[in-house]
Amino acid sequence: MTQLALVIDLNVCVGCHACVTSCKQWNTSGSAGPLEDLNPYGESPSGTFFNRVQTYEVGEFPLTETVHFPKSCLHCEDPPCVPVCPTGASYKRKEDGIVLVDYDKCIGCKYCAWACPYGARELDEGRKVMTKCTLCVDRVTSTTLPEDERKPACVMACPTSARLFGDVHDENSEVSVAIRERGGYALMPEWETKPANQYLPRKITELIDEAKL
Amino acid sequence: MLNLLRPTPPVHDPLEAPLPGATHEVKKTTCYMCACRCGIRVHLRNGEVRYIDGNPDHPLNKGVICAKGSSGIMKQESPARLTVPLKRKPGTARGDGDFVETTWEDVFVTLTERLAKIRATDPKKFALFTGRDQMQALTGLWARQFGTPNYAAHGGFCSVNMAAGMIYTIGGSFWEFGGPDLDRAKLFVMIGTAEDHHSNPLKIALSKFKRAGGRFISINPVRTGYSAIADEWIPIKPGTDGALFMALIHELIKSGEYDREFVAEYTNGLDLVDLADGLIVGKSETLEGEQAVDGKAAKPAFELLTERVAECTPEWASAITGISAARIVKLARELGETAMRQSFELPIAWTDTYGRKHESVTGRPVAFHAMRGLAAHSNGFHTIRALAILMSLLGTIDRPGGFRHKAPFPKAIPPGVKPPKSWDDIKPNTPLGTAPLGFPANPDELSVGPDNEPIRIDKGFSWEHPLSAHGMMHNVITNAWRGDPYRIDTLLIFMANMAWNSTMNTSQVRTMLNDRDENGEYKIPFIAVCDAFASEMTAYADLILPDTTYLERHDAMSLLDRPISEFDGPMDSVRIPVVAPKGQCKPFQEVLIELGGRLKLPAFTTAEGGRKFKGYEDFIINWETAPGSGIGFLSGWRGVDGDKALIGEPNPKQWEMYAENNCVFHYELPESQQWMRNWNRDYLEFAKDVAFNGSIEPIRIHLYSPVLQSFRLAAQGKRAGKQPPEHLRERIEKHFDPLPFWSPPLEYAATDLEKYPLNAVTQRPMAMYHSWDSQNAWLRQIHSHNYLMVNPLTAKAAGVEDGGWLWVESQWGKLRCMCRYTEAVEPGTVWTWNAIGKSKSAWNLAPQADESTKGFLLNHVISEELPQPAAGVGKTISNSDPVTGQAGWYDVRVRIYPAATDEPKETWPRFAPMKRMPGTGIAKKVQAYFAGTK
Repeated sequence: MTQLALVIDLNVCVGCHACVTSCKQWNTSGSAGPLEDLNPYGESPSGTFFNRVQTYEVGEFPLTETVHFPKSCLHCEDPPCVPVCPTGASYKRKEDGIVLVDYDKCIGCKYCAWACPYGARELDEGRKVMTKCTLCVDRVTSTTLPEDERKPACVMACPTSARLFGDVHDENSEVSVAIRERGGYALMPEWETKPANQYLPRKITELIDEAKL
Repeated sequence: MLNLLRPTPPVHDPLEAPLPGATHEVKKTTCYMCACRCGIRVHLRNGEVRYIDGNPDHPLNKGVICAKGSSGIMKQESPARLTVPLKRKPGTARGDGDFVETTWEDVFVTLTERLAKIRATDPKKFALFTGRDQMQALTGLWARQFGTPNYAAHGGFCSVNMAAGMIYTIGGSFWEFGGPDLDRAKLFVMIGTAEDHHSNPLKIALSKFKRAGGRFISINPVRTGYSAIADEWIPIKPGTDGALFMALIHELIKSGEYDREFVAEYTNGLDLVDLADGLIVGKSETLEGEQAVDGKAAKPAFELLTERVAECTPEWASAITGISAARIVKLARELGETAMRQSFELPIAWTDTYGRKHESVTGRPVAFHAMRGLAAHSNGFHTIRALAILMSLLGTIDRPGGFRHKAPFPKAIPPGVKPPKSWDDIKPNTPLGTAPLGFPANPDELSVGPDNEPIRIDKGFSWEHPLSAHGMMHNVITNAWRGDPYRIDTLLIFMANMAWNSTMNTSQVRTMLNDRDENGEYKIPFIAVCDAFASEMTAYADLILPDTTYLERHDAMSLLDRPISEFDGPMDSVRIPVVAPKGQCKPFQEVLIELGGRLKLPAFTTAEGGRKFKGYEDFIINWETAPGSGIGFLSGWRGVDGDKALIGEPNPKQWEMYAENNCVFHYELPESQQWMRNWNRDYLEFAKDVAFNGSIEPIRIHLYSPVLQSFRLAAQGKRAGKQPPEHLRERIEKHFDPLPFWSPPLEYAATDLEKYPLNAVTQRPMAMYHSWDSQNAWLRQIHSHNYLMVNPLTAKAAGVEDGGWLWVESQWGKLRCMCRYTEAVEPGTVWTWNAIGKSKSAWNLAPQADESTKGFLLNHVISEELPQPAAGVGKTISNSDPVTGQAGWYDVRVRIYPAATDEPKETWPRFAPMKRMPGTGIAKKVQAYFAGTK
């Protein structure tokens, strides 16, 4: 069974937000759109984004790490947002594991947003429907886009190629290899949501070993 | 579970194409959401922009795109777009922001009348200054044709130290002119670079480098952006990098872990310097020692460098930089050992200028990159010279794994283009005798008159700032207002926000823009502004020319300008309009061609006196540097049939051929010409043939700078020719040192450092380019306001809370803003994002928009001038590098203290709201962009 997912390499993410706005522009005019912006030119502008980059600091000066952390729906294998939905609008596609919201069924009750431990859902204030990352389902299943462009917009955009996309159930896929070989990890496994998306950790290259010179 | 309804098949089909039956079209052009100039594909649905992605066939960005580039749609949608020509409402005061709509014909008639009169009488009274533009080949040509020396882009404010410091040392520089070879480097050291320059290519290269196991060290007071993924972060105090480099050179020479052969062969390290007058008098066999030349004592330049750094110990540098001596020693060892012991050979044969054949090129896998963090200090020129010399000692110049040039660089040291030398170069109704900007080689090439009076309004190339290769935009308004060196009549500003973030001392400069003389006339009589958006600057215009956006116009990114060349050869590119201009918007290029014709500037006029070019496209195709030269703005598809590269007759189909080829032309040099280009015979012959350089002389690296020494000799009264004024002799003697040195930023001498203990700097975020995109609905959601970023130790000592309001005070002024604690900054530095704060209602934002209520601009506490006691009481001089005129806007010192609890919770200073300009849009409360439904 296919489970499409993103693997995000924190070792190279520089926090440029290319994934944030490339997602917005693809999806606002796509099948999930429009993604509305409230007060776009006023106080506290607030719009719908399927993907955001958070920046954290770890440690104390001078041993500070700055971590850029892109976050979107993790397309859990056991998604808590699906069973709580009273209208069946929240669903997981059997064919590829993508978790979606059916906007024609969604009543905007936000149960799914409460159930999601990752805060990955955003209520579109204009349409009053719940929205989230679709993994660009309309790109990845497209029959008209060139084959090498059948990837999520964020993956296509990412200048550091920090975003890998593929089938995590296929053990030979690029994403499975990356998870296996580079210490990929899931967020908050204790919630037993089995997130399909995973992250690759920072890797520090030490000073060149003088003994080997 | 709450599943009240049984799952039923989805109703909403996520795969269904929106807007069935819509038309789809893909057009290729070049991005301009920042200065990086990536190739893009613009996908249109029913003629509206559906999305913009990176062009996978473009050599610069190879299909990727950044946050800014992905938000181009919102630039088109912005209600801040100017759409009609405007003039100040008769009877209203400048700056009141009352405008009435006018016509383009009125604009052209007004400007033609005014400018024709100036040109016929005193052409220097017209000043053209442009912000970020990368169309300097055209704007510079236009100013030259007009006959005014008063032209520059924003480089003096931005990073001229980086350009001049390296060009005067190795003949090339970072970003457009060269960069790190991360494909082959093993160690990458990035210094004073925040998050940009060169945006996507650097991101692509960094990621590849890290994945290949390269080691990345970031030296910066702040850890953000690229530095986040560094393997090692070395915090440093701002303005002290030069001391670090001097100590690294000290350590390398001490340990012997540097490329002696390279130094001897390819630098002027063996040149014998007369110890009495510092002139080059011969060539030594050895790098060290002292010898006599014609009975006079002389030493090799390298010996002098060794002596110069003798006292620059790691301990000395540690006290200045805040980096421990042990860490400096370790860094030096790592640099030297990586360069020398991990060296490799690429089997690429090449021939040097002495005719010697080499079977390979030597790789030295240590690459550097640096930008504004080094440049924007008044000691930046020598800091950057020290870096270039460090890179040279490591043998990394145009070698695998090190620094690589990009065409048209390397150029002669200094390049042959010169600014005006005397008033004779400026005559009514005559083009300028020289270029407006250039690279003086000695004092006789300064732009000063017989009494040492500056020829330029910004005092560029005067004794105050002799090597100001990019001009000094940051002093134009202050100087014009004061009438020092003279008054001007008309100031034409293109795309520069001089009433806000593109100026230091913002509040005062805004006052100057409105100020009147004793007769009630404006001190700057006429201001015309061309911009696409209602910026702070447009409010001060007498005439506003609405520009197009990058999606609406033709552009040529020329090799005559700041091109997008790759390491392996010259490259230029174009923009082709993908949507129609909004309203009556007209590209500035078209405005210049039109005005050039009306003013009958020779380059734009036929022999019979008629108009020479139909418009910009026609100009780009047919203009040549000289009649029949075959060199124009674009180097691709030249020749009548488009089959010639770099040189060839005009090709009437040139635009179409660029359009068919991803809007980019890339000329790949033969492998034998891709390396060691300062000394590569075949490359230098090629470069001369295509007019990149004037000669095939090798471009030897200046460890010791005879150019600087010529100025020092003048200051010492030991050189014939132009003589500096008495009050500047000491300053010139000190700063025109032929060897690099570190001294504190000039502002410190005029500052009570105990009262103002903190350095304050700005950084540019990756998702926002200066002030350009506050009107962009998506990007402003990422950065709608900024905080002062403070180390908790520093903030707590000042009693300032995380999230609390505080005052930031320098000796020049103060501002109120919010504090954010951060562990990612060294405790002696505070910083904020540049140009996020906006004046109230500017850029057509709502009066309560975060940008003006919570956002702030650090420029309010930075001065454009410093006291100059040597010149007399009350005299001032630009707050800039004394060599290059680079604005020292990272030199400011501040103190911080909490705002009182009863103070308003909003940033200060505050300004009267800008009025909405006719023709701009009405901001929606809710925006739901869905392409193709209009």
